[in-house]
Amino acid sequence: MLLYILRRVVSAISVVVVTLVASFALFFLAPTDPAGVICGPRCTPERLADIEASLDLDKPAVQQIGLYMKGLVVGRDYTAGGVTTHCPAPCMGYSYTLGQPVTKLLAQAIPVTISIVIGGAVVYLTIGIMAGTIAAQHRGTTLDRITVGSTLIIASFPYFVFALLVALYATFLPESQYTPFLEDPIAWASGLLTAWLCVGVTNAASYTRYSRASMIESLGQDFVRTARSKGITRRRVVYRHGLRAALTPVATIFGIDLAFQLTGAIFTESIFGLPGIGLLTLRAFGQYDLPVLMGGVLVGSAVLVTMNLVVDILYTFLDPRVRLG
Amino acid sequence: MSDQTIRAPQTVTRTARPRDENEEPYLEVTDLQVQFPTADGMVQAVQGLSYRLPLRRTLAIVGESGSGKSVSSMAVMGLHDTKTARISGSIKVGGREIVGMSEKDLEEFRGADAAMIFQDPQSSLHPYFTIGDQIMESYRAHHNVSKRKAKDRAIEMLDRVGIPNPQRRVSQFPHEFSGGMRQRAMIAMALVNDPKLLIADEPTTALDVTVQAQILDLIADLQRDFGSAVVFITHDLGVVAEIADDILVMYAGNAVEHGPVDKILGRPLHPYSWGLMESIPALTGEPQPLHPIPGAPPSLLAVPSGCPFHPRCEFKDRVAGDLCRTLKPELIPRTIDQGRASRCHLKEPDRVFDTEILPRLP
Repeated sequence: MLLYILRRVVSAISVVVVTLVASFALFFLAPTDPAGVICGPRCTPERLADIEASLDLDKPAVQQIGLYMKGLVVGRDYTAGGVTTHCPAPCMGYSYTLGQPVTKLLAQAIPVTISIVIGGAVVYLTIGIMAGTIAAQHRGTTLDRITVGSTLIIASFPYFVFALLVALYATFLPESQYTPFLEDPIAWASGLLTAWLCVGVTNAASYTRYSRASMIESLGQDFVRTARSKGITRRRVVYRHGLRAALTPVATIFGIDLAFQLTGAIFTESIFGLPGIGLLTLRAFGQYDLPVLMGGVLVGSAVLVTMNLVVDILYTFLDPRVRLG
Repeated sequence: MSDQTIRAPQTVTRTARPRDENEEPYLEVTDLQVQFPTADGMVQAVQGLSYRLPLRRTLAIVGESGSGKSVSSMAVMGLHDTKTARISGSIKVGGREIVGMSEKDLEEFRGADAAMIFQDPQSSLHPYFTIGDQIMESYRAHHNVSKRKAKDRAIEMLDRVGIPNPQRRVSQFPHEFSGGMRQRAMIAMALVNDPKLLIADEPTTALDVTVQAQILDLIADLQRDFGSAVVFITHDLGVVAEIADDILVMYAGNAVEHGPVDKILGRPLHPYSWGLMESIPALTGEPQPLHPIPGAPPSLLAVPSGCPFHPRCEFKDRVAGDLCRTLKPELIPRTIDQGRASRCHLKEPDRVFDTEILPRLP
């Protein structure tokens, strides 16, 4: 198990490095002119050269990647306009539009995004699995049809339309804002509640359908018939035997889906004004703030591989036949 | 052992216990009908099945897939969903009526008075719970005991069904067991509450032949010790010869032949039973072509008129007046042999068997 985790961590790091190199190539080597944008319309050649030097844009691409990675591991010094600033590891450079170290910006944004994604997941997994299980047990009845019908309606709404409607009309919900959890857990929860409900309800639709299908399959399995033949209560047959087996496929989908939830957080953040990674990178994109973009991509991929690793490890607790190693 | 189970079934390896007509039946099925309403019509899965089974006796129910052998046994266990199945007639187990019993009473009955072993132990055991957990759950459903005591009981049962090292095996998962061991564990789970009726639904079909013989021995052995009545569902006549006292041949939801196993296998009287025997390959002597029964079992949505077997029967022309097509024969004694019955219009079936079928058998 430990060896497995170690191996997965190594492969996760290599995935992040590949992402880093690829996005570096895309952003820094593309025919953009970040220094020119930063410098503005009234730019002197000296100032432009100074900015280029501080961004290391005057060095060969391979050396630029090397310096960036070095900054991540040991930190680096920046010299701009004759002033040298030290950027401690993990250094991802400076945002030239916000004038702050990228690491600091990201450290503020990551908890926001993760709070939205995890909190939303709690909501949609709870609603989805419960509704799916109930619908599966009453398969073919009116209750089942209503459940399946309403999931179809919710799922056919584009997410941003739904979120905008919630933001506009659900004014009875607490105002969206981000308070760090450690500062005030209650404010943290109430500020995120609307976003959670929004993410939760829309995604609950598809999780209801996954759970329902999985549960119907599971209830038709031979081991459920065996369980019934033992004389245990119906409730125990359905929840202990049926649901337990039905959860594994749902967990698999959840693992894959997390990636999309992270990307989708950009909508939630912009609509509810929550300062997460999505909002940060979106702003950086509009302003050619390349160090921030790079940092966002890097952290996004790191969070993703970590979450996938966590889901894989959780899997071994769900299905004893899965042995890691 | 293993070659006995697959040799021609005339060799009855087990002397059936003498039959006592007055023996009190533990299981009594009377005119059982099971129907499933579907969008395409009513599926007539079991049509008027009756049999009696006393304690310490084994009844083998044989027939092709879809003949109603499993469906009737699921009805005995009260396992059919009352929303999808229509059941009529009577099933009495130890004097208690199962048909129409409340779900709560059924929960008390299942596993305690009657237990079932299924065909494929791989899919019939829950993959996520340990063997011990699953046996303990059965025991604790009917006994108010601590986990500790239930675990001791599970270990005792695993030991009883011949699983070596039960203290260690009890906390293993089904996937850590071999096929034969899994079926032993299933048997341990079924017998943990000392049920007086055991239904084995093709318990050896998914196992390889050498393991089959061991499992059959185990079931026969346990039956002797526990004194239970056993219903053994199979399509393997070799297995029937090995284990059963009585045999019930089913076709399209009907019993077509019923009686003591030595008599029925020694001289079957129904053309369908003949067909089953002719379908058994001979493993000794010159290789000979098989004589499978022509055609396929009928759809249970539209069971043929008259005798349900007539479309596949090569003897229907010997019965005068198109009787096979128009009149369903009764299940009654056809020869002077008492205690056996068959459902066929054919005159002198014993003579037909001796002169025409017996020479064709391998």
